Amino acid sequence: MEYFLTDEQKMIVELSRKITDELIIPERARLDQEEIFPTEILKKIAEADLYGLYIPEAYGGFGGGVMDFILAVEEFSRGCIGVSVSFAANALGIYPVLAFGTEEQKQKYLPAIAAGTKQAAFGLTEANAGSDAGGVQTTAELKGDYYILNGTKQWITNGGEADTYTVIAMTDKAKGARGASAFIVEKGTEGFTFGKKEDKLGIRASATRELVFQDCKVPKANLLGKEGMGFIVAMKNLDHSRPGIAAQGVGLAQGAMEAAIKYSRERVQFGKPISAFQANQHKIANMATEIEAARCLLYATARTIDAGIKDFSMESAMCKLYATDVANKVANEALQIFGGYGYMREYPVEKMFRDAKILQIYEGTNEIQRNVIALDAIKKSAKQDK
Amino acid sequence: MNIAVCIKQVPDSDKVTIDRETNRLNRTGVPSVINPFDENAIELGLQLKDKYGGKVTVITMGPPQAEQALRDCIAVGADDAYLITDRKFAGADTWATSYTLSLAVQKAGNFDVVLFGKQAIDGDTAQVGPGVAYFMDIPVITYVKEAEKTDKGFKVKRVTEEGYQVWEVDGQAAFTVVKEANTMRLPSLKGKMRAKSATITTWGADDIGVEEEKIGLKGSPTIVRKVFSPPIKTNRETIQNEDPKQSVKELLGKLKERKLI
Ligand SMILES: Cc1cc2nc3c(=O)[nH]c(=O)nc-3n(C[C@H](O)[C@H](O)[C@H](O)COP(=O)(O)OP(=O)(O)OC[C@H]3O[C@@H](n4cnc5c(N)ncnc54)[C@H](O)[C@@H]3O)c2cc1C
Ligand SMILES: Cc1cc2nc3c(=O)[nH]c(=O)nc-3n(C[C@H](O)[C@H](O)[C@H](O)COP(=O)(O)OP(=O)(O)OC[C@H]3O[C@@H](n4cnc5c(N)ncnc54)[C@H](O)[C@@H]3O)c2cc1C
Repeated sequence: MEYFLTDEQKMIVELSRKITDELIIPERARLDQEEIFPTEILKKIAEADLYGLYIPEAYGGFGGGVMDFILAVEEFSRGCIGVSVSFAANALGIYPVLAFGTEEQKQKYLPAIAAGTKQAAFGLTEANAGSDAGGVQTTAELKGDYYILNGTKQWITNGGEADTYTVIAMTDKAKGARGASAFIVEKGTEGFTFGKKEDKLGIRASATRELVFQDCKVPKANLLGKEGMGFIVAMKNLDHSRPGIAAQGVGLAQGAMEAAIKYSRERVQFGKPISAFQANQHKIANMATEIEAARCLLYATARTIDAGIKDFSMESAMCKLYATDVANKVANEALQIFGGYGYMREYPVEKMFRDAKILQIYEGTNEIQRNVIALDAIKKSAKQDK
Repeated sequence: MNIAVCIKQVPDSDKVTIDRETNRLNRTGVPSVINPFDENAIELGLQLKDKYGGKVTVITMGPPQAEQALRDCIAVGADDAYLITDRKFAGADTWATSYTLSLAVQKAGNFDVVLFGKQAIDGDTAQVGPGVAYFMDIPVITYVKEAEKTDKGFKVKRVTEEGYQVWEVDGQAAFTVVKEANTMRLPSLKGKMRAKSATITTWGADDIGVEEEKIGLKGSPTIVRKVFSPPIKTNRETIQNEDPKQSVKELLGKLKERKLI
């Protein structure tokens, strides 16, 4: 398929592919089994100038957009989505500063992320606020020059590893969703600690931890946007980041399919390579077609966002939903082509199968994506009737 | 510090296939890469630049398509690149190659150090580094693993079969660099963008002022009498630790592993 990438985008793909082949693929099994955070690989990604792809040049970035970013995420994900989510969560953590920060906040926080010398994370979810983000119970109370944060965020990607956190907390509980605000919280702030690292089914190279706030003193200057804008910040951030999750899906599916096709040419049963059996061929045909369809939707969405279209919630939800469902289907079929060998740790599809599941859960479950898409479609229909 | 690195473009040995009919190497269509050992020379050059400042200049003698290897060097951080190319250079042996390169290096700048790979993976002679140094009349240290600047020149670690030697050299010098020295860094996006638009200076025979009878086939006195594989030396391994107890433990482990005890 000709995707009309610019020369620079081709370079991004080439570089990311090199990093994936030379650094991620050889290490992924060990990172997974021993649950090692990929600090070294992230450092190499930063040295290759890929941390700041979506950050403006004025703040030390490359000055690209979502398209440039997802090309890198897709390639890394072909190797390991535990690594790629650790990379991508930086964008989720810092985009609120990029989109809603003051000039001072941008100057202060963006350059270090663009250079990859610091990591970022985004803290929205709590024990009682998952899909229903409106149930956030963490509070932020203004006292003098500080907001005092109390509460616990749960399952935060890059938690403990990151230096800069965007955190959603209630400044006015009585107002419900309109009473939430977004804050930049730095690691090391008094009263800010971390829970233990979660033991997970997949993406085990990534770090998922609780963020614990106990009378945590956050300077007033770290409020993002205005009081009450917390949910707008969170929702805009998720709309903007979902293509990144779709890219994880496309990349993972691509890696699983490539492994399965290669294996099917080598494995001989009944005197023939198993790729000669139509049952396997049809699996391959379906995988190849659906991956390409997911990629088309993803690239079109990324370009829609980069074109400056204002409302892209629906497109962003669609590409996340479709690409991550495809990833799960492909991981499943790829493992099936491997047969019993696929169930063993020595082949990469076992890990891909475990890893794929998270894609249907985080950044909004796929049920929630369907809600968003359906509501948008119904709203549009109602508008036409008027 | 002004650093020159001589690099050679070679066929990617991972991608060379053998023609099943003729049992010959299929060279056509095989992608070319920077000679793997030259990557170590480039990295050493870049590390010296990181540490002491200055510039890394890469030079290759080869056909016009060798330009790509030079651009790949710029992508990892080289500053300037020279392509030495002329039909007249064709058929050069190591003597003529060294002569030609030595003139190019001298014309390209006044370098504190000229770096080479240990050997080229296609020619494999390991002669060009010392050859260039000979023609430039500067000292050469082969099999270098580490190098640092001193007041007057350099202090280097040189790998030998027994371990390593430490050498000091005054003034301008040439080193050939071993694989153990380092791993070449990855290119960066900014580097790749610079590589794409960088100007590569191209010089022919007339530009570097060669004596015609010393270049190409005419200037190549080597006659190949016989090609053979030298007897294989048995693998030697040195076990060296701060604590001799640890060395004994490792030795016993290895002997047990081979079922010798
Ligand atoms: C590994 C990992 C990393 C994560 N990283 C982050 C992070 O960095 N930052 C962050 O803020 N959060 C993060 N999360 C949280 C993640 O976004 C939530 O888990 C997710 O939004 C779902 O919330 P929940 O788990 O509470 O599920 P619930 O909301 O309890 O949902 C349970 C089930 O009910 C369905 N459901 C719920 N409500 C509806 C509805 N209205 N309609 C239809 N179906 C519904 C869901 O689809 C799901 O199937 C992470 C989670 C994991 C597991
Ligand atoms: C007997 C003989 C006859 C030959 N005849 C021909 C011939 O007819 N036609 C032909 O095309 N080739 C011929 N060659 C090959 C050619 O001479 C060598 O490829 C070339 O001289 C480099 O030698 P090498 O490959 O052994 O490099 P080595 O000496 O092993 O290389 C050591 C280092 O020198 C540097 N270096 C080597 N070559 C270059 C270069 N070209 N530019 C910049 N730096 C370099 C690199 O840093 C390299 O790591 C012949 C070689 C021999 C030995």
